[in-house]
Amino acid sequence: MSLGFFIDALVTVVAVTTPILLAAIGELVVEKSGVINLGVEGMMLIGAVVGFAVTFNYGPDLGDLAPWIGVLGAAIAGAASSLLFGFLVLTLGSNQVATGLALAIFGIGLSSLIGAGYVGMTVEEFGSPFPDWLAGDPVGKVVFGYSPLVYFALIMVFVVGWFLNRTRAGLILRAVGENDLSAHSIGYPVIGIRYAAIAFGGAFAGIAGAYFSMVITPMWAQQMTAGRGWIALALVVFSGWRAGRLLAGAYFFGVLMTLELYAKASGFSFLPSQFWAAMPYIMAVVVLAVISARGVAGSEAPACLGRPFLPSA
Amino acid sequence: MTLTRRNFVKSAAAGLTLPALCRNAFAAEPLKVGFVYLGAIGDYGWTWSHEKGRKELVEALKGQVVANYVENVKEDASAIPIMKDLAQQGNKLIFTTSYGYMDQTLEAAKQFPDVKWEHCTGYKRADNVGTYNSRFYQGRAVTGTIAGMMSKTSTIGYVGSFKIPEVVMGVNAFTLAAQAVNPKITTKLVMIDTWFDPAKEAAAAETLANLGCDVIAQHVDSPAVLQVCEKRKIYGFGYGADMSRFAPKAHLTASLDLWGPYYISRAKAVLDGRWKPDDTWWGFKEGILAMAPYSKAVPENVRAAADKIIAGTKDGSYEVFTGPISDQSGKERVAKGEQMKDADMLVMDWYVKGVQS
Repeated sequence: MSLGFFIDALVTVVAVTTPILLAAIGELVVEKSGVINLGVEGMMLIGAVVGFAVTFNYGPDLGDLAPWIGVLGAAIAGAASSLLFGFLVLTLGSNQVATGLALAIFGIGLSSLIGAGYVGMTVEEFGSPFPDWLAGDPVGKVVFGYSPLVYFALIMVFVVGWFLNRTRAGLILRAVGENDLSAHSIGYPVIGIRYAAIAFGGAFAGIAGAYFSMVITPMWAQQMTAGRGWIALALVVFSGWRAGRLLAGAYFFGVLMTLELYAKASGFSFLPSQFWAAMPYIMAVVVLAVISARGVAGSEAPACLGRPFLPSA
Repeated sequence: MTLTRRNFVKSAAAGLTLPALCRNAFAAEPLKVGFVYLGAIGDYGWTWSHEKGRKELVEALKGQVVANYVENVKEDASAIPIMKDLAQQGNKLIFTTSYGYMDQTLEAAKQFPDVKWEHCTGYKRADNVGTYNSRFYQGRAVTGTIAGMMSKTSTIGYVGSFKIPEVVMGVNAFTLAAQAVNPKITTKLVMIDTWFDPAKEAAAAETLANLGCDVIAQHVDSPAVLQVCEKRKIYGFGYGADMSRFAPKAHLTASLDLWGPYYISRAKAVLDGRWKPDDTWWGFKEGILAMAPYSKAVPENVRAAADKIIAGTKDGSYEVFTGPISDQSGKERVAKGEQMKDADMLVMDWYVKGVQS
């Protein structure tokens, strides 16, 4: 077991973890404002197909800039689809769980429709921004060998953690999620803040989707996120609505998933493969049991999560 | 006859039935054939190859056959009304092209006994339901030969889906053929417990490359494994269709599913009134399996060896599952010189020696 072996494994872990982390950061902000959006999977797929389509269509004209514009397109598309959800739950006061599920299904369908013409096409991978002698180095790649989206995800975990806990705007957002009526009575625009949080979550889900269609496998295939949006949703709960734990939890999932592949490829078939596949979920149950045994002290679940805000009623 | 409402309805009904009767009376009316597809016709994989077969059928029997299809049909109860619809629209021969349509096909067939049904890769038959399959493993013997000759590390990888006979046969044929040209070959096998999850397929391929595999085969639905091979500068194979567009340098060749000849023969059988609910298992010889062109990376001697496997399979002088074959624990499964029977192959649930899983 050489150093190179661990570096290679770590690179795989990062690739597996990043999209889940991106989507979960966005959802964390949404839920902190008191809204639960279960449509992450659908928004990711819309982001994946739009990111791919933009990069594919404008790639020849934009050159090196193409993937950046593609990711921007994915973020905008994700945000736009989330605002549709926002309009239904905030302005019309519909049920958040039902509307979120509808968004997930809508996203699967819409992305398949948009993507029908792009099946079988490929784009350049949105790879490392560093020069080859750094990104391709057997040791250097552990730091420099990733897509810009990987660094972006890591930075944003800290930015979001800082924003929520250390800034006034973050405090207001949390206040809206904890007690919407109080926040409203002292003059904060509850609906406006929630719209902004939902759009932020949608944009991040869109970027997470683009990570699939532009980094892991630079192509479009129907439902290519294969359920990662649901894992991201679970991760937010798992983290107790804390950014730091979100990062740890995402990498915990990533390490377990990679470990499964290594164990199988190395001939550890003394455990059935279904057991390996179930490992992350078994561990999640264990961790959640431990957290709840310690009481709710560790969890920062917003008090108004999922409750519609209708001040006139 | 006075024109009462009742009489009007009667005569109108007679008028409507008359052309219908005439239609049945004339044999020149083309045979309507229906296809039920799992994916989208543009998936460059499983469904795409069946769609190509449908087009060949229409082309070959122009004027005698009309063929329709329904794509993106889920492998659950929702498939039954779609199959019944096809039967109601007058399709007399219906192909259901995925393993997961097995019980649905039988259910629909029970309600439309005069329609002839054919289920792909299944094993349940009825008076009006036949099954058909391809000897996919024959293509694996060709890619295995190429992998065995081109691997420098003598370690080759395999990304599989589930431990079902169809997949196990492929893994074993691939490994046996590679060992025939390089006895030191080890196949590292990763089953990802799903048919389709590009991110997991890619992570599995990355893992195999990290563990020293320099040629990786795949039995999953997306070209993700090939894209990883391209990035890691190692080799891989397409499956079901030519996937070189996804990995121009890494793609060595692919086994191609050509369902056309089968569909044509079955439609002819219906037209001639010879159709029976058969269990068909064809391969290279019958023309429903072929290899894509070899890439530039495949040297001359490797091409020759691969071509020899294809030719031998066609004339019957080569059969990859010929003894002696032992399993992972070293127990002999097929005696020296003996050929495995089809019935044993179809329930294969053990890996040959040299497979690491």
